[in-house]
Amino acid sequence: MRGFWKFFVMQFRLYLREPVAFFFSLAYPALLLLLFGFIYGNDPAPEFWGRNYGTVDASVPAYAGIIIGTVALMGIPIDTASNRESGVLRRYRATPLRPVVYLVASVLMYLSVALLGMLILILVGKLVFGLRFAGSWLSVLAAFILSALAFYAFGYLIASLASTARIAQTIGMVIFFPMMFLSGAGMPIQLLPEGLKRVSEFLPLTYVVRLLQGLWFNDPLSKLWLPILILFGILVVGSATAAKFFRWE
Amino acid sequence: MLEQDVIIVEGLRKHYGNVKAVDDVSFHVQMGEIFGMVGPNGSGKTTTIECIEGLRIPDEGSLRVMGLDPQREVYELRERTGVQLQSSNLPNRMRVEEAMDLFASLYRQPTDWHPLLNELGLTDKRRAFYSQLSGGQKQRLFVALALINRPEILFLDELTTGLDPQARRATWDLVREIQARGTTIFLTTHFMEEAERLCDRVAILDHGQIVALDTPQNLVNRLGVSRRIVFQVNGQSQAISRNERNRVDSTVFNPALIGVIDGVQRIEQQGDEVVVYVQGEGLISTVIQALEAARVPFHNLRSEQANLEDAFLALTGRDMRD
Repeated sequence: MRGFWKFFVMQFRLYLREPVAFFFSLAYPALLLLLFGFIYGNDPAPEFWGRNYGTVDASVPAYAGIIIGTVALMGIPIDTASNRESGVLRRYRATPLRPVVYLVASVLMYLSVALLGMLILILVGKLVFGLRFAGSWLSVLAAFILSALAFYAFGYLIASLASTARIAQTIGMVIFFPMMFLSGAGMPIQLLPEGLKRVSEFLPLTYVVRLLQGLWFNDPLSKLWLPILILFGILVVGSATAAKFFRWE
Repeated sequence: MLEQDVIIVEGLRKHYGNVKAVDDVSFHVQMGEIFGMVGPNGSGKTTTIECIEGLRIPDEGSLRVMGLDPQREVYELRERTGVQLQSSNLPNRMRVEEAMDLFASLYRQPTDWHPLLNELGLTDKRRAFYSQLSGGQKQRLFVALALINRPEILFLDELTTGLDPQARRATWDLVREIQARGTTIFLTTHFMEEAERLCDRVAILDHGQIVALDTPQNLVNRLGVSRRIVFQVNGQSQAISRNERNRVDSTVFNPALIGVIDGVQRIEQQGDEVVVYVQGEGLISTVIQALEAARVPFHNLRSEQANLEDAFLALTGRDMRD
């Protein structure tokens, strides 16, 4: 594990020095929350979220989906493919750095970025709108990590299948943006017409939002086994495929 | 096999699709020498060096680097060798000192990198981002990174490509200094002059095969050519069309005129330029006399020592620059 922490810290710094990545994963979700929070307020909206919860309460776990999706589908594919394209990965490969150390340090870094983005979001919700929370922090954290890892595997798969960084970026965006609006992450799924609601059932991000909102509102686990199962499935299949297709050059 | 052979390559083969990139290459590199592999682009230099570095898997052949198998013992190999790759980069927003610090942390026994940066003239640039460095500075940074583990063998792949002549000369001095400290150096280049000035021994590679391997001096001597006499005929022909020029050349200058001189080995003519390969001294005046006697207008006549470029031409029948 020689070099692990140095590598982790370096990757983290490099990520934060990328203005676009910094904005979309750390600032953008909090700005969205401020915008819609000021428009709709956080009074309970029974027709949407039940008697006890308002728009901000529901948006915070939903925006977790935006954070995870941004890091997984834009950050990881672009970083990885451009590092491969420009020969950065080649240079690492010519050192004693073990591939598993590189991958674990990178995944941990992306996870830390997403958690940091989530923390900022929660703080804004709490301080500005009196965010309500009924669940257990530990289970929300566990669900967040499960969702992030499942999506990250998918991000690495895109990086490996795309021949250039530009293609990786395009694929990531084409998958991410429609999914952001159709999964309930960017806007409540209740606002979608019936046909689009059907579509959302096929989008992986929908299950991230369902799981996190469910845990946030302290729904019984019996109501959440489907998203958990689907996300586990994506994690297992995604990791195996990503590992199979991963290439250094 | 000599005890001081630190790299042993036997029967190395590697193909990509139908292209035989390396076709049965064998050689030894001795401890402490600067060993050069020269040849045009696509001759198999990079594939060979990357197989030795453990970055590519050979199709056939046996490789030993300090007794290590570059495939099975690749991490041990990386601890003890330094690698400067032909095409690689660092992340644009990584600072010079961060790169040194990061790479040092990846090795078992890193050296203190501060004097290393100083030696390579990068101390002023330690806070600079990688993207802010010039081509020469990037190249020096990669040399610094390759030296960070005090390697026993240093691999340099096309080290001076893209550098201006001044930076290239400075780099040669640097390579000699590294050698003086006892590091064996394996380099590839497509600059014949570089190989000639820098290397103790040179392998000339063409179409994936070694066509010659010796000291630069022996390679040149082996040609039996000691110098070249170069001159231009028909300097006024620039105004004449291409077809006419060829006609004028063939009528005005007849190579046989010089070919009959004792000691002349070969004559080549490309457009206006005539190159006469001669063995022995004192032939310049004979050539001049012959030209004047035949009233051939010539100018720009000069004599050049034969070099590796001539050796390459003689061995492969092709010009390096083609």
